[in-house]
Amino acid sequence: MPVIRVLAAGEQTTVQDLGRPGCAHMGVSASGAADPLSLRLGNLLVGNPENTSSLEMTATGGVFEFDSDSLIALTGSDFQASMDGVRVPCWVPVAVKAGQKLALGRTRGGARCYLSVHGGIEVPLALGSASTHLRTGLGGHEGRALKEGDVLPIGAPPGQARAVQQVHPQRALRWLDTRAVRVTPGPQAYWFSSESAEKLFREAAIVLADSDRMSIRLSGVRLQPLRRDEMLTEGVSCGALQVTEEGKVVISFVEHQTTGAYPKFANVITADLPRLGQLKAGDAFRFQLVSFEEARAILREQEAWIDSLV
Amino acid sequence: MLAVKRPGMGLDIVPASDHSILVTLGQEISAEVHARVRKFCHLLTKDLHEAVLNVHPAYASVLVTFEPRAAELEEIGAHLASLAGRVDEIEEPPARTVRIPVCYGGEFGPDLEEVSRICNLPAEEVVARHVGGAYSVYFLGFAPGFAYLGNVDEEIAAPRRGEPRETVPPGSVGINGRQTGIYPLATPGSWRLIGRTPVKIFDPQRENPSLLAFGDRVQFFAITEKEFRSQCR
Repeated sequence: MPVIRVLAAGEQTTVQDLGRPGCAHMGVSASGAADPLSLRLGNLLVGNPENTSSLEMTATGGVFEFDSDSLIALTGSDFQASMDGVRVPCWVPVAVKAGQKLALGRTRGGARCYLSVHGGIEVPLALGSASTHLRTGLGGHEGRALKEGDVLPIGAPPGQARAVQQVHPQRALRWLDTRAVRVTPGPQAYWFSSESAEKLFREAAIVLADSDRMSIRLSGVRLQPLRRDEMLTEGVSCGALQVTEEGKVVISFVEHQTTGAYPKFANVITADLPRLGQLKAGDAFRFQLVSFEEARAILREQEAWIDSLV
Repeated sequence: MLAVKRPGMGLDIVPASDHSILVTLGQEISAEVHARVRKFCHLLTKDLHEAVLNVHPAYASVLVTFEPRAAELEEIGAHLASLAGRVDEIEEPPARTVRIPVCYGGEFGPDLEEVSRICNLPAEEVVARHVGGAYSVYFLGFAPGFAYLGNVDEEIAAPRRGEPRETVPPGSVGINGRQTGIYPLATPGSWRLIGRTPVKIFDPQRENPSLLAFGDRVQFFAITEKEFRSQCR
């Protein structure tokens, strides 16, 4: 079986697919790629089904040696990849020769870069998904982030799959523009005064360094609930803007706790969840309120664009 | 916006996001509300819309997550509203009872003495009351397989610790007010630990990774340290 040898792992590199969405009732959040759009496109570029397991790199990439000829693609943010001293571009399929080493560096854009390979990364499925859930040590490669010395088998080539020849980087990055994140009202939106809400949308939110796959923590924006009732613990959606007792805003992310008792002011729209995966510490952005109709139209536009690539 | 409100019944169906809907079936933690949540989930899983990805019950609500590329919010909302309207027409589905062995006190229950002091009851009485309770799994959350069980006898309803432990050993049985629960994995925790079970609460390799499911009934029974150690092997 062909393999990828991890010569250097990078800051936090994990095996991810599109996650396990049906397990929240047993306390397991979906996990999956922090930027699912880039993962899907990476797989399409190498002729894989969209949900094939790939490597998700965070802030800095690793060094990977291929022991056989492979077809790969890098998507998401530009991590200054090179092979034998030659720059490797993102958003195109790249042929790798046996023995070649792919070296990635520090990001020049957002938080995450995906490495997809024809056949996918072969790991045992946990609850139906290959994705790593770091908090619980579930899935992926031994339930953890990769380390130097790991050996990752490459899966069998998939059958007929729809393939994309190339993705226009500017068009892709438009969907990953982290200067704005669009939200719809959350289930407790009415707990907050309109003044407090308007202020949230006027001010820049800044991503704090302790953000991770579980939650994105923010400074710069605050919300004060009008009411102080005890909230009964209830289910939490990915992308929920939870407001703590001190008025801090915390966005639940792919490895979120499945239940919580903080009021949820708003929720990031599905089409913008990939943007959350590209936010990194220190980034400033603005929330924009959209209607549920607008959220649906934006998602349709995104899917129509992906379909147009095939 | 999509919203169905029926004052007095506590029924409320609102979008939680563009890919999820929150159905509220009551306003408090009670056996009655839990029964309504169970009935609603029963109706929902019997008649599951193909776009629904996850059904997540809690004390008094159900969060329904769906694939927004496969169905529209209004369509799912209307389906949920029609099911919610039928909740009071059906009987509560039968519940499974799960019996769980627990070794109380000593190194496995480091807070038993403190609970005994707080509640002004001998430790044996705290154990007797914990074993004597029949608990409902209100929901799972916090960590994989962690079931919120209630209600704990008022006389032993010790509040959580002020300072959480950094790591609680898997299988630890804790009390937090009228709730009790078992830590499935080594996680931080603030519930007061009165014992530990040798049973594996969460195992992703099992067909049903979680020992406990929403709606189950749970009974604890006391075992000795020797029995604990032999069952751990």
